[in-house]
Amino acid sequence: MIEPARDLTPDRPRSPLFLQRQSYRLRRLMDAARFLPVLGLLLWSVPLLWSIGDEETVSSSGALIYIFGVWMALILAAFVVSLRLRLGGDEPGAGG
Amino acid sequence: MITLNALVAVCLTYVVFLFSVAFVAERSALRGQVRWLKAPLVYTLSLSIYCTAWTFYGAVGSAARSGFEYLTIYLGPSIVMVGWWWVLRKLVRIGRSQRITSVADLVSSRYGKSNLLAICVTVLAVIGTTPYIALQLQSVTLSFEVFAQPGVPSPEEGARSYTALWVAFGLAIFTVIFGTRNLDANERHHGVVMAIAVEAVVKLAALMAVGIFVVWGLSGGVAQTLDRIDASELGHWQMNGGRWAGLTLLSAAAFLCLPRMFQVLVVESDDEGHLRTASWAFPLYLMLMSLFVVPIAVVGLDLLPAGSNPDLFVLTVPLATGQEGLAVLSFLGGFSSATSMVIVAAIALSTMVSNHIVMPIFLRLTGNGASVSGDVRHVVLLSRRLSIAGVVTLGYIYYSLSGGGTALATIGLVSFAGVAQVLPAMLGGIFWRGATRVGALAGLIIGFAIWLYTLFLPSIGNGALSDMIMTQGLFGLAWLRPQALFGISGLDPLLHAFLWSIAFNVIAFITFSLASFPSPLERLQGAQFVNVFDHSGGPRSWSGGVAQAEDLMIMAQRILGAPEAQALFEREARRQGARGMLPDPSPDFLETLEKELSGSVGAATAHAMVGQIVGGMSVSVEDLMAVADESAQLMEYSSRLETQSNELSRTARQLREANQKLTRLSVQKDAFLSQISHELRTPMTSIRAFSEILRDTSGLTASEQNKYASIIHDEAIRLTRLLDDLLDLSVLENGQVNLNLRQGLLSDLLDRAAAAANDGGHDLRIRRDVRAEQVMLNTDLDRLSQVFINLIANARKYCDADVPELEIRVSEEKGLLVIDFIDNGSGISAEAQDMIFEKFARVSDRQAGGAGLGLAISRQIMTRLGGHITYLPGRSGAAFRVELPRNFVVPA
Amino acid sequence: MAKQVLVIEDEPNIIEAISFILLRDGWTVKTHSNGLTAVEAVLERKPDVVILDVMLPGKSGYDILRELRELPETAGLPILMLTARGQTKDRELAERAGVSHFMTKPFSNAEVLDAVHALVAPVGGAT
Repeated sequence: MIEPARDLTPDRPRSPLFLQRQSYRLRRLMDAARFLPVLGLLLWSVPLLWSIGDEETVSSSGALIYIFGVWMALILAAFVVSLRLRLGGDEPGAGG
Repeated sequence: MITLNALVAVCLTYVVFLFSVAFVAERSALRGQVRWLKAPLVYTLSLSIYCTAWTFYGAVGSAARSGFEYLTIYLGPSIVMVGWWWVLRKLVRIGRSQRITSVADLVSSRYGKSNLLAICVTVLAVIGTTPYIALQLQSVTLSFEVFAQPGVPSPEEGARSYTALWVAFGLAIFTVIFGTRNLDANERHHGVVMAIAVEAVVKLAALMAVGIFVVWGLSGGVAQTLDRIDASELGHWQMNGGRWAGLTLLSAAAFLCLPRMFQVLVVESDDEGHLRTASWAFPLYLMLMSLFVVPIAVVGLDLLPAGSNPDLFVLTVPLATGQEGLAVLSFLGGFSSATSMVIVAAIALSTMVSNHIVMPIFLRLTGNGASVSGDVRHVVLLSRRLSIAGVVTLGYIYYSLSGGGTALATIGLVSFAGVAQVLPAMLGGIFWRGATRVGALAGLIIGFAIWLYTLFLPSIGNGALSDMIMTQGLFGLAWLRPQALFGISGLDPLLHAFLWSIAFNVIAFITFSLASFPSPLERLQGAQFVNVFDHSGGPRSWSGGVAQAEDLMIMAQRILGAPEAQALFEREARRQGARGMLPDPSPDFLETLEKELSGSVGAATAHAMVGQIVGGMSVSVEDLMAVADESAQLMEYSSRLETQSNELSRTARQLREANQKLTRLSVQKDAFLSQISHELRTPMTSIRAFSEILRDTSGLTASEQNKYASIIHDEAIRLTRLLDDLLDLSVLENGQVNLNLRQGLLSDLLDRAAAAANDGGHDLRIRRDVRAEQVMLNTDLDRLSQVFINLIANARKYCDADVPELEIRVSEEKGLLVIDFIDNGSGISAEAQDMIFEKFARVSDRQAGGAGLGLAISRQIMTRLGGHITYLPGRSGAAFRVELPRNFVVPA
Repeated sequence: MAKQVLVIEDEPNIIEAISFILLRDGWTVKTHSNGLTAVEAVLERKPDVVILDVMLPGKSGYDILRELRELPETAGLPILMLTARGQTKDRELAERAGVSHFMTKPFSNAEVLDAVHALVAPVGGAT
């Protein structure tokens, strides 16, 4: 198998080790885009920790505010990322 | 109280409005004004078909019954959209570069264009979607009833079916009109998308209006509403953790796999940039859709008598408080949700059914695939239309048989779990190159079977699975109980089914993928899909050469339509720098052609059709090289190598062809020398023989003398004519000709040519359009008429039809006058076509007089006159095209 | 009894010229101008000598010659061939096919008569 060779990602020959500041920012922006759904999943898993017993339960209004709050924050973050990505121009071919 | 009739009128007005929106959008698209149609906003709104009537009405119902569970249905898609960079971006790019027409096409295309897989996915999609369509019909029917007798639903079976039937009928008509207007799915359905975007706005506005009314109108503000919620029976968080996580994942999976979502997300998308906008705008839409659900549910529970159907609170709350206008708006919102879902689902399913089931069967039935006679386009369109009608009818039948009721209400999630079975094959296909067709097939079938057994059949209730099986398991095996596989009971049935079906699906998918070995085409497609961002090139190359460009052209005409296909071929021929209409069947071109075709008939069918003509489904050595290396670097290197070796083999082929042509020419030259020798010696023989007779024979009668002398005379003239022709050609070839430019009318010229060429021999009927021939020419009329005479005489000599007929068409193209001579005979064989303009060439064995110089002379003349004469391949008979400038200017 | 010549040729003027010469020389002359049915014509007419053109409609003179040589009835039949193609390879082809005498057009009338005489005497006497 040539498995180890796969770690030399296809980007390697094309992308230099040190990037210009601007393309560096663009790379991190793509990372942010990748990170957002993970964050959403984590935050929306928090309700799994809430107890369902009779005492100490979370009130519905609280739950609503939390879930919709996360929602709005995600939308806002996605908005910022998408706006920046647009400004960053067409992303280079690599990155998928 | 608003009457039912008034409601029907509102409804019809709304439908007419939607028709006009779709119509205007189609018209604008035709006129090329697609800018506003392609706005990111329209794309985002079109995604809202995710919110069907089931979510529009059912979310409130679900909230009233089980609290916050309804949110999971919106959270899953929100995560997928926010995470567009991972999956959607890739799907859309693949969809565009591979011209994917449906989710079945995607899977089939990825796994070596396997039609078996496509059929599996199609069947799965139809089974999963049919109940869902039934659910939409039910919701429209129920909402009508609310207005018929508010509060007290007393369904009268006949009237119910009647409403549903009309709704189904109307939807089918709309979908057929706007969904099958153009054949190529990649040309997109602007009308439909626009109508859906409008409906999206209507349903959001409706739900928000009801919500605002409830919060500020009935409860007195946000704070009060929150208090009211806390005080209600929904006051505390009571969510089952398993269902919370499970349903979120399930809805995320379904969002990607639902045929209708795939249609709007990938197929109708024409700009990856739209995804960027939708990544935040669509979650925003979903959030707004779900924002007021809990308040409406709480107020509904408070306000309405116990036992009212909470699924209809969106309608009954405004009605109960006298807000009829609001209720009608809300009704339209629900109506919009139902209709847009059915329309897009029908389009998506019909594309799959038509491309992967109907067309392959049709092609097989009509013989050898690509070579069927006639235009296949109408067949494709017809099969799409029938499929749409079929899908909607199926939904209606399901609705009638199930009799509506609560059995349908749960079907939404059941359907989600069904289509989610495609997810492993889909994600595996775009992220893992090791995924194989066998693996995908195994995963799909196992997952589908488990879903059918544990969820779908139990869910349709009475009779589908006997009580015996439900309680004691299949064959009495307790561990095979549908809702407690392996003895693990106590799980929620939906989660139980989802868990087991997806788990086995994934395991089978991975195991079989690891164990099997993919075909070269699969490996190549795998590399193309997984590395779509590195390789924007085509999926794989055809080994050209064997392909007959003309056969391809004939096939393409039948699918794309004659003008489009001819334009495509001509463009390609020009790009390759070839003279004439037919391009080289280079790998590049075959790929382009296949993609064009796959937009119309799906990837697998297109591949099969091209494959049949190019010669077998085999993959070339270059293809094998391209997939041989797992390493991306080697991959790139080999792809460069592939291009080079393609170029090399193409050059070699061209050289070989040139060589063959030369050899043929030299053989022909020999043959010509013989021919010319024969043509010269035959009259000379007669001349010599008779002059000797005249000289040596005594006692010839005067009439004998006279006769023999005239033979000598005629044969001498024949000799002169031949020498003239030869001389003519040599003068033309050497460019020493003097042109005698004069003004003349084309029709007069053709009249004279027809008269000169048509005396004696078989009868040839000439069809002309004299009106088009009223063109004034300034050129060498005698030379041009020589060309016409030659072409007409050829048709007379060689046209082998029972009733020979020659059509002369005159048109103008790019400033050149174009005159086509098309006869109804069997034409000239492909091998002979590039030889006919060579000197001394004779196409048929039939003796027809002349030394075969006519076309060679004609070609020289046309070149002198600043035009061309070419052979038009792919027509019914022999077809020659003469092009010349109307006003010839002698080059300085 | 006059000996019979069968002229197989498609050019009417040449047929006329050859017929004229041979008739004057005392031969019975029959003509045939279709290559496809030439072999049958020979079998039917049983000529004493055949004059055969090479470029005939339907079938070439070489093929006709070859077929005649394979049939026992005509294997030894004197056949004079005329061709308008003057290349050496044409002569070779004809000889390989079993021609008795080969001539290139245009020919002089005397040459034709000499050739026919060499192959068979015009009247009566056996060879």
